[in-house]
Parts: sequence; structure tokens; C-alpha cells
Amino acid sequence: MSNVLILADFIGAKLSRTTAELATAAARIAEVTAVVLAPVGKGSEYAAAVSHGPITNILVVESDSFTTHGVAASADVLNQIITTKAPRAVLIASHAFGKEVAGRVAVKSNSGIITDAVDISADLIATQLVFGGSTAVHSKISHGVPIITVRPNSITPDLREVHPIIETLIMEIGESAKKSVVTSVQPPEEGGRPELTEADIVVSGGRGTNGDFTAVEAFADSLGAAVGASRAATDAGWYPHSHQVGQTGKTVSPQLYVACGISGAIQHRAGMQTSKAILVINKDPEAPIFEIADFGVVGDLFSVLPKATEGINARKA
Amino acid sequence: MKIAVCIKQVPDSWAEKKMVDGLLDRVNVDAVLNDLDEYAIEEAMRIVEAHGGNDEGGPHTITVISMGPERASESIRKALSMGANGGILICDVALAGADALTTSKVLSTVISQGEFDLIICGTESTDARMSVVPAMIAERLGCAQLTYASAVTVDPSAKKVAITRVTETGVEEMFGEFPVVVSVVEKINEPRYPSFKGIMAAKKKTIETMNVASLGISIEGQWSVVVDASLRPARAAGVIITDDGTAGDQIVAFLVEKKLI
Repeated sequence: MSNVLILADFIGAKLSRTTAELATAAARIAEVTAVVLAPVGKGSEYAAAVSHGPITNILVVESDSFTTHGVAASADVLNQIITTKAPRAVLIASHAFGKEVAGRVAVKSNSGIITDAVDISADLIATQLVFGGSTAVHSKISHGVPIITVRPNSITPDLREVHPIIETLIMEIGESAKKSVVTSVQPPEEGGRPELTEADIVVSGGRGTNGDFTAVEAFADSLGAAVGASRAATDAGWYPHSHQVGQTGKTVSPQLYVACGISGAIQHRAGMQTSKAILVINKDPEAPIFEIADFGVVGDLFSVLPKATEGINARKA
Repeated sequence: MKIAVCIKQVPDSWAEKKMVDGLLDRVNVDAVLNDLDEYAIEEAMRIVEAHGGNDEGGPHTITVISMGPERASESIRKALSMGANGGILICDVALAGADALTTSKVLSTVISQGEFDLIICGTESTDARMSVVPAMIAERLGCAQLTYASAVTVDPSAKKVAITRVTETGVEEMFGEFPVVVSVVEKINEPRYPSFKGIMAAKKKTIETMNVASLGISIEGQWSVVVDASLRPARAAGVIITDDGTAGDQIVAFLVEKKLI
């Protein structure tokens, strides 16, 4: 029975919505088996979270190495599963961790790899957007088991409720996968806002905030949005680096991206240019970010944003 | 301590890029040292400077390794002018258009033949943007992978490397023992500008050239094929207004029109 493996995407102990997106893309190809990698004793809890999306089977592997040895341990186990299950393809979320797991699995299984796919067809042709989203490239893996990472928020998820068949596997993790050791993890502060890469709306602030993100955050909260920041803002220490959007920060592709006081250097645009709609607020009419705006306001974000926030909150009341 | 820094020459991120026969046109575009690799070179310099430097005959050396066409030697030369000791360029027509699997195979072969203790990379190249090569090198070498480091501490006598990294799951502290593959994020340091003295000194440093045959490896061909590439329709020009006090309301109207609220 042919199947496609997806790596269930957990951020810490929380299942991300990307999992259902991976399942939706995978189901176009064959029946979907989700691989759940959990700490010892947490397997059934983690598996139970995988309850939405077209998933037929779940394979659970428990090991504390996933926390202690990170990418290498996860790749080791995923590769063992590939060897025994011989899937048609493996789909993994395209973020730092997912891409590194994919890279290592590709090496281990002697397989081709495509990263940052925004779409996958039933015959395994992956679509990637390059040059800031101006060009679509379609490619296909010609060797081994196709290993494809899929950019969060690119595929509309089929969120049907499912009760997959759960199987627990016992696996030994190879010594070479234990060479790096995590000694401590300090979870990010819970802001109650959605995760940047999976939010439907992202509101980002830049140099124009002068370090005051109050108006940006209030606007984001009125929309249930995640908050991002330009490199200028994170380098100045105004907002945590984990919120940086751009070439060296996170790549986001939300339904709406709001750039507040961000000039739009090419490095920033590389991280948000594939957003479905772009709203810009900037004092400088010459700011390059206006070139890609669907709607742009030349004005002071400190007077424009509070009025917009008020308008949105009034509609909800 | 033998440090290797892996660098890549890339098309200038400001240049207009085109595809030719499914591959990025690298010939008719300005080529520069990948910005993110400068942080790797700088970090290597800071590590050796904290432990007695990399003067000739000293205990530490920094070797810059790059795979690319002949002109990639310009990028290696830049790294040498920042203070690295020598370079290795792997240059072979068989490697044109090489993907991450081939790149990691070539780099890890050079690294294992050179018996390096610490391998430092940038987190990604600004052209391919895959961010997988450091992890692939670690996998091929079977050594510790410490990626996305925002701080690196090396203890040469204990042969230990510790890093701090910021990920989706939070701030992590991790360590590994030599050999270690580290990738560094751009906030780790501020790369130095090559000094005049550095530029002059770099002219005398050696760049060794290797090819697939001299490495003793075989290249297995393509792992993925581009079916086609096409320009997407340009974004329709947006509406730009100047705030006259009603911009807040107009934003709300825009969000309603887009069915976002």
C-alpha cells in the first residue's frame, strides 16, 4: 500500500497547524502516515493532538533524544522509518528545524530534496517561488524518495476530524546522532499571539516605531495577528530577534502583511514578499516598500494605527 | 586548532536575477561573497584571537573553503584579507549547477581530508536560501551539528564548542566535541572591513585549487530537475493615499474589502 510520510510538526509540545497543511498536500499523492516524535511518556498525548487533516495512520516514536540531540536524532529516526515503510515521498514543515531534518534525511537516504515548496501536485511536482516571489519554479525529484519541505501557510488545510490508526515503534538512535547535546531550553515568552510563521495576519514594526511597539501590538491584537519586526528594530533591541522577518529572520506568507514604519530593504522583502496582501504605513512616500503595497498610507503610524485599531474594535462590538 | 570556514560566492542580492534553462544565470551578474558568510569568517577570527591568534607557525589556522567557478577565488581572497590563513577552491565543470547534496559531499570531503576541528558556515546563501548545507555536512561527517548560533564559545584544550541559539522552541544552549559544524546567524558579530595591511597580506596567501578527480569522489548527477520556471504576474499596482485624518477608516474599508475582518 503506497503512502506518503509527513513529519507531524510540533513547536515545543504544541502541534502546529502546518501539520494539517502537510497532510492536505500529501493526501493528493497517496494515503498519509504522520510520524510523531515525542518525549518518553508523551507519545499518546502527542498522537492524540494529530486529529485534523486527511491522515490515515500515525507512527509514534518516543525518545528523550529528540529534545537532547535535536535535529540529528529526529533525522535518524525518520530515516529508519523511510527504510522500513518505503514511502512515495516525505513532507516536512519548512522552517529551520524541518529543513535541517530534511537535509540530513536526504543525505542518509540518498534522496533528492526540495525546500520551501508552496505547492505540490499529485505527481509530485513541487512549486517554489524565487526572486522575491516574482518567478515560480516547478521541479521534481529524480532520485530516491522525494524529501520536500513545505512552507507554512501556503496550502489551504483540509481540517476534517480524523481518528487515525496509531502504531508505536521502538527504535534505537544511532550514536552519531547524539554528538550534539542540548543542555538547556528556555521557552519563549508566551505573548498569547499566534506564531509568526503560521499566523493569517502579521503586523510588523520597523525603524519608524522609534522603539515604541504599543500601536503596532494594539493593531495586531485587534486583528488576532502575530507581531513581527524588521532587522533594524530587532538590532536596536526594540523587539526580540525571534520576531525578525526577513532574509535572515523568518519567512512569512500570511493572508495579510502589515508593514509599519518599515522602509522595505530587499532583505526584509525577501521574508514577506509572498504575502497574499500587503498593507503599508510609512511617513516617507519614497520608501521602497510602497512598490509592493496593495494599500499604502503615507502618514504617521502613531496617528493612523490607533484610528484603524479603534475602527476594527468598533466593528467587533 | 584547525578551523575551516565554508563560503560561497553568490550573485549580488541587489542585482536583477534571471533563470536560464532552469538554472540561475550566474554568468551575467555581479558576484560577491555571500553576506552571511562574512559573519562566519569574522567569528573564526574572533575565536582564534581569543586563543592566541592565527599567526604563521602558531597553533591555530583558518582555511577558507569554497566550491565555485574560478572567479570565486575573489571571494576567498576577501576572506583572506579579513585574516584567514589560506584557501581551497574546488572548481570543476562537473559541479556547475550542483545542488546541496553535491555541495555538501564536496565540502565534507575536503573537510575530512583536511582533518579540521571546527567548521564554521553562514546560515544560508542569499541565492539558494535552503539552509541545509551545514546540517548535511554534519551528517556526512557524522559529527556534532551546532547551527544557528548567536554566540559561540570554544575551549581548544577540552576540544569543546558551546553555542546559544534562538529557535521556534526558545533559547537553547548546546555543545559538542571536535569536530563540530557550527553555523552562525548575522547578529553574532559585526564583520571587520579588510585593512590595507590585510589586503596586501592576502595577495601573498595561497589558494589551493582542487577538482572532483583530485578529491577522489564521483558526482552522481542531478537529484532534482526543474520542469519549468515562469514569471508570475506582477503585483497589480496598489492604492497609495496620503493620510488626511481618514486613513484609519480607509484601512478598515480595505480590510473589509479583502474579507480580512
